[in-house]
Amino acid sequence: MSRQNLRAALGLSRGASWRGALVVVLALLGAWELYVDLGGADPLILPAPHAVAQSLFDDRALLWSNFLVTAEEVVLGILVATVAALALASVMHFFLTLRRAFWPVLIGSQTIPIPMLAPVLVLWLGFGILPKLVVIALVSFFSIVVTTLAGFAAVDPDLIKLMRTFDMPRRRVFLSIELPSALPGVFTGAKIAVIVAVIGAVFAEQAGANSGLGYLFAQSIPQLLTARAYAAVVVLSVFAIALFGLLTLAERLTVPWAYQPIGDSA
Amino acid sequence: MIKAPAPPAGEQRKQGGVCVEHVSRTFASRRGEVRALADVSLHAAPGEIVAVVGPSGCGKTTLLELICGLQAADSGTVTSAPAALMPQRDLLLPWLSAVDNAALALRARGMARDEARAAAAPWLERFGLTGFERSRPAELSGGMRQRVSFLRSLLAGKPVLALDEPFAALDAITRAEMQSWLAAVLASEPRTVVLVTHDVEEAVVLGDRVLVMSARPGRVVRDVEVAVARPRRRTDPQVVALREQVLEALGMPA
Repeated sequence: MSRQNLRAALGLSRGASWRGALVVVLALLGAWELYVDLGGADPLILPAPHAVAQSLFDDRALLWSNFLVTAEEVVLGILVATVAALALASVMHFFLTLRRAFWPVLIGSQTIPIPMLAPVLVLWLGFGILPKLVVIALVSFFSIVVTTLAGFAAVDPDLIKLMRTFDMPRRRVFLSIELPSALPGVFTGAKIAVIVAVIGAVFAEQAGANSGLGYLFAQSIPQLLTARAYAAVVVLSVFAIALFGLLTLAERLTVPWAYQPIGDSA
Repeated sequence: MIKAPAPPAGEQRKQGGVCVEHVSRTFASRRGEVRALADVSLHAAPGEIVAVVGPSGCGKTTLLELICGLQAADSGTVTSAPAALMPQRDLLLPWLSAVDNAALALRARGMARDEARAAAAPWLERFGLTGFERSRPAELSGGMRQRVSFLRSLLAGKPVLALDEPFAALDAITRAEMQSWLAAVLASEPRTVVLVTHDVEEAVVLGDRVLVMSARPGRVVRDVEVAVARPRRRTDPQVVALREQVLEALGMPA
C-alpha cells in the first residue's frame, strides 16, 4: 500500500477536518482552564486541565498499569460480544421464528441497569476478569446484532436467486455471499460497541475490583485526588477513540467496497 | 408461416430445449390478486434464441423464473433443461475480482479456487477483459461488468440461458456494442437462450424468434420468426421491417 493510500485510509488526507478537531479540543480546554483559574469552580471538584495534565505525567506508571487491566477487559469483552453477536445474528437470520422469539429478550437485556447488575455478578463470579467480561459483552453485543442483521437483510434477493440457478448450496450462499455482505454492518456495530464497552468496564470495576481505570477513578475521588480521577477518564477516552480509529482502519482495509466515512457527506 | 410441431416435452428437456405450455401465474398482493401470466406458451428448440418483448409488468421476469425453476406455475407445465439466469443488474460481488466473479458459478459447484480461476481466465481473454482479471467491479465500466456477469452465467454450464433485460442498464452506445458482442458470442458458443427485453431492436437483432407479449396479465400475442442471415445489421431493410411488425404487435405506431 502506498503512503498516500495509507494516509487516505487513516483519514489523514483531509487535513482541514483534522485541524478542525484539534481547534475544537483546544478551545474547550482553554475555556475550561480559564473557568477554573478565574475561580469558577473548586479545583477539588473540577481540576483545571493543567492539573489533569500534571497528573497524567506524575501518575503515568499508575495510570499505565491500570490502563493495561482495563484495556484487556475491553478488548476481550468486545471479542466475546462480537463472536456471540455474530452467532446470534446468524441464527436469527436463518430462523424467522427464533428472530421473533429473541427480539424482546434482546431489547430487554439492554434495559438492565448495569450499576445494579455489576455487584450481583461480582458476588456470583468473583473479583476476577469474568464479571467484567460479562458486563462489557452485555452492553456491547446488542449494537453488533442489530447492524449485522441489517447487513444480512440488505443482501439483494435477486443475487440469492441467481446463486440458486447456479445450484449453490445454502451453506455456501451464507458463507460466500451473505457473510461478506454483512461484514460492513459488523464493523459499524463494533464501532458503536467500543464506546459503550468502555463505560461498561468502569461500572464493572467499580462494583468490585482491585485494579483498572474504573477502580483507580473510584479510589481517587475519596482521596481527594480529583485530578488523578480526571486523568483516568482522559486515558479511557483516548483509548476508546484509538479503538474506534483502529476499527475504522480495519474496516477500510477489509471492506473497502462499503466504506462510508462517518460524518462525511461525500 | 408453417412451423414444424414441437418435439414432446421430455425430448426438449433431454436436448437442452425449453417448453412452457399454457402456463398461468397469479400473485397475492396487498391490492388483491395480480395475474402475471395467463396461458403463456413458449417453445425454444435446443440452440434457439427466443426473444420475449412486452410492456412493463407483463410477467416477463416471472416467465424466466419459471424456466429457471425459481417459481412454480399455478397451472400448465414448464419443462426445461437446466437454466442459468443472467440478471438485468450485473450483481457482481464487490469484494471479488473480475476473474473470481466470473468463476463464481464454478465455485458454487464446489470447484477449488485455483482450478475455477484457471478455468475462467481464458474466457476473460476471449471476452476482451485481458488486463482486468484482478480488477474489482467498481473499477470496471458498465459494459465490462455486464460481460463478466454474462460469463458468470455462461460458466454455470447450463444448456439454457435466461437473460433478463441484460443490457437495459447500459447507455445506448454501449448497449449497441454489447448486442453485437452477444450475437458473436452466441454464434461461437451456442446455447438455448430466452432473452427478455424492452428493446424491440435488440429482440430482432439477436432473436431467432420474437414473442410479443400483451400487458398484464401477460399472454403471447404474436410469434415473429426472424429469418435474417447473421451477422445482422440494424439498418438491414429486413430487420427494420420486422422491427415495425413487432412494434405494431405491441400496439405502438412504428
